Amino acid sequence: MSQKEKTPEQKEYDQLQKKHETKRPILRNCVVAFFVGGTICLIGQAISFLYIYFFNFTEQTAGNPTVATMIFISMLLTGFGVYDRIGQFAGAGSAVPITGFGNAVISSAIEHRTEGFVLGVGGNMFKMAGSVILFGVFSAFVVAIIKTLITQWFLGGF
Amino acid sequence: MLKGEQSWVFPRRPVIVATGVTGGPFEGNGKLAEDFDLLHDDLWMGEDSYEKAHRLLIDEAIEIALKKAKLQKENIEFLIAGDLINQITPTTFAARNVGIPYFGISGACSSSMEGLALAAFIVNYQGAKHVLTGSGSHNAAAERQFRYPTEYGGQKPPTAQWTATAAGFAIVTEQNEQNQNEPKVTMATIGKVIDMGMTDPFNMGGAMAPAAVDTILAHFKDTGRTHEDYDLIVTGDLAKVGRAAALDLIHAKGIDLPSEKFQDCGLMIYKDDQEVHSGGSGSGLSAAVLYGHLLKQMKYGTYKKILCVATGSLHSPLSVQQGESIPCIAHAVAIEMD
Repeated sequence: MSQKEKTPEQKEYDQLQKKHETKRPILRNCVVAFFVGGTICLIGQAISFLYIYFFNFTEQTAGNPTVATMIFISMLLTGFGVYDRIGQFAGAGSAVPITGFGNAVISSAIEHRTEGFVLGVGGNMFKMAGSVILFGVFSAFVVAIIKTLITQWFLGGF
Repeated sequence: MLKGEQSWVFPRRPVIVATGVTGGPFEGNGKLAEDFDLLHDDLWMGEDSYEKAHRLLIDEAIEIALKKAKLQKENIEFLIAGDLINQITPTTFAARNVGIPYFGISGACSSSMEGLALAAFIVNYQGAKHVLTGSGSHNAAAERQFRYPTEYGGQKPPTAQWTATAAGFAIVTEQNEQNQNEPKVTMATIGKVIDMGMTDPFNMGGAMAPAAVDTILAHFKDTGRTHEDYDLIVTGDLAKVGRAAALDLIHAKGIDLPSEKFQDCGLMIYKDDQEVHSGGSGSGLSAAVLYGHLLKQMKYGTYKKILCVATGSLHSPLSVQQGESIPCIAHAVAIEMD
């Protein structure tokens, strides 16, 4: 739905109000997000190596158990009420990795437990993560089509 | 009695005889912990949902107010109350439990003063001997309705506000010989819905400031009073951003209101090291600060006359997602000691 045009009075107030608005510390947020996000990925990498060296996984097959382990850790941190604190500190750093996706699903599931298992947990679990799944799958589909077209047409196919 | 365009003067000066104030764990760690009658150390409060915990806060605040006034629920003619949750169910369930004839009001965070103004009006014109009024809010119940699940790790911007877990209720009574020394409700100004086109639900203070200013100016115009008639003008949760913007707007109208005389409930309740971003908010917050802290200060003689302006942001999660701006309101009530 389109927003209505602001009246001159509203524009004037917007200017005045903006002077007092505490700005998001963008540089600080970016730096913290970079390091926390990087640390989460580093832990993921370490877990991936553990699976390769101690179990019967290769670099290609270690991905799935690593993701499952990371989501399990994220679930525990969410349940113990730690992940939202990390999130307030790290912002995108803890939201973008797979643990952030896990947190979005698990926090919704915990939250709606009071409305029962079917309509509460079941109906609301993917409330926030649903659009990530939808647009994630859709963009993967688009990228795959582009890749196929390029490789078929320009590189003669293989 | 109507005075000016939107203000009431109460010549019989109804009295706030007793109050009951309850709060949650975060408020217990705040600056005003001693002003609460009852504090819970857990957000669930022994109930199995946050909404039920919310209802319990209201139940207990009502019970404490009745006990302090030495009245039975049968002595109270009407209950006027509201909260932030859809269809104000926590308040409604509390009204069911207490069984007093009930007006449910939905003025978001302005409900506290909306209720007090109506209660004083009814008592002043002998529509009732005793009216119970107040409002409550619960952090986790509001969070899940308006924002994200409580355990979701989203980052809030510095303009966001923290919804208080608190309820404040007061009993408004006709003045008589026994209660002459209690605080009296003398005037009220009912606000208009003001919409300055703000759309960010994480900056409610900034959206509500013009509504607060509109009501304060209307109060001065209608009653002929100025800020010099008051020891304190206190707004109900504009927080840092909104308070600064409101002061600017007032100064721009040529009113020389000193900033120390213009306080905000959302900035009084929490300590500086509590992470509440811009400040506190929630319909229970202004009720708890006024009925718990400020009335006590008035009895100690810190303030003689105060103007309490509760501001409410009347959006819903749906209206925000549909791109609508945030409509805001503020109601002012003058409370005085003789």
